[in-house]
Amino acid sequence: MKHLVLASLFAGAMALPAMADYTIIAPANPGGGWDQTARTMQTVLQEEGISKSVQVQNVPGAGGTIGLAQFASQNKGNPDALIVGGYVMVGAILTNNSPVSLKDVTPIARLTGEYEAIVVPAASEIQDMAGLVEKLKADPGAVSWAGGSAGGTDHIAVGLIAKAAGVDPTRINYIAYSGGGEALAAILGNQVTAGISSLGEFEAQIQAGTLRLLAVSAPERLEGVDAPTLQEAGLDVTLENWRMVAAAPGLSDEQKAKVTADVEKMAKSENWQKQLADKGWMDTFLAGPEFDAQLAKDTEATAAILKDIGLVK
Amino acid sequence: MGAFDFLMQGLATAADPMLLFYALIGVTLGTAVGVLPGIGPALTVALLLPVTYRLDPAGSLIMFAGIYYGGMYGGSTTSILLNTPGESASIITALEGNKMARKGRGGPALATAAIGSFIAGLIATLLLAFLAPTIVKLALVFGPREYFALMVLAFVTVSAAFGDSALRGLTSLFLGLALACVGIDQLTGQARLSFGQAELLDGIEVTTMAVAMFAVGEALFIAGQRDQHDDEVTAVKGSVWMSRSDWARSWKPWLRGTVIGFPIGAMPAGGAEIGTFLSYATEKKLSKHPEEFGQGAIEGVAGPEAANNASAAGTLVPLLTLGLPTSATAAIMLAGFQQFGLQPGPLLFATNPTLVWGLIASLLIANAMLLVLNLPLIGLWVKLLTVPKPWLYAGILLFATLGTIGANPSSVELGMLLGFGVLGYVMRLYGYPIAPIVVGLILGPMAEQQLRRALSISQGDWSYLLHSPIAATLLGIAALALIVPLILRARGKGQVLAQLAGDED
Repeated sequence: MKHLVLASLFAGAMALPAMADYTIIAPANPGGGWDQTARTMQTVLQEEGISKSVQVQNVPGAGGTIGLAQFASQNKGNPDALIVGGYVMVGAILTNNSPVSLKDVTPIARLTGEYEAIVVPAASEIQDMAGLVEKLKADPGAVSWAGGSAGGTDHIAVGLIAKAAGVDPTRINYIAYSGGGEALAAILGNQVTAGISSLGEFEAQIQAGTLRLLAVSAPERLEGVDAPTLQEAGLDVTLENWRMVAAAPGLSDEQKAKVTADVEKMAKSENWQKQLADKGWMDTFLAGPEFDAQLAKDTEATAAILKDIGLVK
Repeated sequence: MGAFDFLMQGLATAADPMLLFYALIGVTLGTAVGVLPGIGPALTVALLLPVTYRLDPAGSLIMFAGIYYGGMYGGSTTSILLNTPGESASIITALEGNKMARKGRGGPALATAAIGSFIAGLIATLLLAFLAPTIVKLALVFGPREYFALMVLAFVTVSAAFGDSALRGLTSLFLGLALACVGIDQLTGQARLSFGQAELLDGIEVTTMAVAMFAVGEALFIAGQRDQHDDEVTAVKGSVWMSRSDWARSWKPWLRGTVIGFPIGAMPAGGAEIGTFLSYATEKKLSKHPEEFGQGAIEGVAGPEAANNASAAGTLVPLLTLGLPTSATAAIMLAGFQQFGLQPGPLLFATNPTLVWGLIASLLIANAMLLVLNLPLIGLWVKLLTVPKPWLYAGILLFATLGTIGANPSSVELGMLLGFGVLGYVMRLYGYPIAPIVVGLILGPMAEQQLRRALSISQGDWSYLLHSPIAATLLGIAALALIVPLILRARGKGQVLAQLAGDED
């Protein structure tokens, strides 16, 4: 009986977001990058006094497209509703043929980003990116890549690398894992040739010397990271796994400006900067027309490479 | 300082009254969310993360540890009493546990689950403390082909362990495998059998399915029976506590469950459920009372309950040594670590020994506290069974529905709960076992993905599957488990076998 009471308390707590100034949808399970972004926003928005109370709600599934669809249909014109998303969502919308896209919400700002890292196990005979590209050119199928979900940032990066190296992207041997963690185990266990994921996922292993970092997908060398960029290695690829926040569709210009101002205030606060440093995220804040233009460019490039890999018809 | 000194120091730190209070909050919350189907430990830890930001690292970690172990334990209570598994690792517990509860042996079932969880948690936490770096090396040897071989072994042993008819068991298993195909294929990102429904893209939620099959199907079945007095539930028969023979029949399954659960939990793609399946199959094979399986055998509760708690400790092995979270709860605990500027990984034991040992000490304390909290409650819990049947089942239906929408407020999810509930009713009506369908749903995607990954790595060469000694051994055992009964049967020893395994068709 005690638990029935508890159950109704829990259900009640979930059904009472009316007190909230902002409700943030994290379109993923608790624990992932989007969930952490949403919960960090919650903390900073409240502590900085930008919003009195913020609720985070998880709507997991299908690369964020389930949460996005639900968000777009239920919140038309609601200036208090926010959703977290990112580059992975751009790919998922295309591969899942999602009826709802980022055009159906109001993108507010890019918040954080991470670059991709290409690694091999320490025991591998491959010493540098040139060695890996050589193998890839000789026989694309013989190079197995472990990374995150199919059609996600990691998969797209491998497609771009193959294309830049003059290899047919449809022939890459990409092994999708449910997350960076499971892929990491496969790389450490010498099950695959190479691994690709956000740099943060590999950092501790690189420091401990169990993984060899071959290259990063940044436009310039990263501070404190001892590896060339893909461009230095002769591959014209730069890729950033960014995360963003969007508001509901159908907002007036004033409403959009108010949300943008709140988000900007949050992103510029010392508190937010400290949180980013703790979590190892880069500050890539970008809002307004510049962000809209960047988003359009990324969507177009992603559609092209997903077609090249053969994931989108 | 050696490992032992660090542990003692950690225990001394964790014995602070305030920290003990946090541990108490943790295990109480953890037990509560474990009991509720749908609201898992992961969500609870995520909700508490901002709260713990104000606590010191020791305080928040000890609370997380309590929630984690409490969640693993809490699931068993509803499994046993209400046939409603709170989370996927306690599905197996419902099989024998609920049968025991209906025969008036709910007390011993809950006790063996509580004590088994405690013992498994204790042994596994000590293994974690002293052997983590070694175990993780072994776990990393497991690649796609080894996982696939492990799944094959699980399929073979599990499908033999359920029900009286192999044909009906396999029918149910394959139904589960078919349902497992629904949703986005992880390796190609393409949708399968989703019929354009966005809600189906992520596949069928295992807990929804389990709750529908066990609780809703059961409630319908009871309601559909004409003779209300046929299957009267006895609330308490004999002692509420475990008898001498209960102890004698429980201690070996506890230890075996620990041995099976811990390494599988430590594997990055293992998962607590597989350990419980394998433990159940093992106990059925080794039991001196195989005829009691399916009727309420205490070994079938003791083994799997020990296995799921041992695997909870196992999950922390890759988290602490590699920084690799293998469950949603572990992923949030990782976020908790990062909040305090700590990066779990190969260097954590060396750079932050105090905190690691503090965590391990907290786990030991949370584990002991769970036992203290739960043993006295058993007498109270079994009273739940004295509630008149119509009320009890109405309560179960309410509870199952609430849990499902609590986890995912969607009408499609609710529709699935009811639809599968009807399926569960029909299967019961015609004597098809329901456990294999749930097992198929859980293991199907894992087996498929690992096989395809293995073949992708080998570029289509099937012999790759046998080139690893571990995979070859596991497949060999699976083949023996399949072939030996056939040979025995062919040589006219079917009678003996029927008595041994109780699954003659």
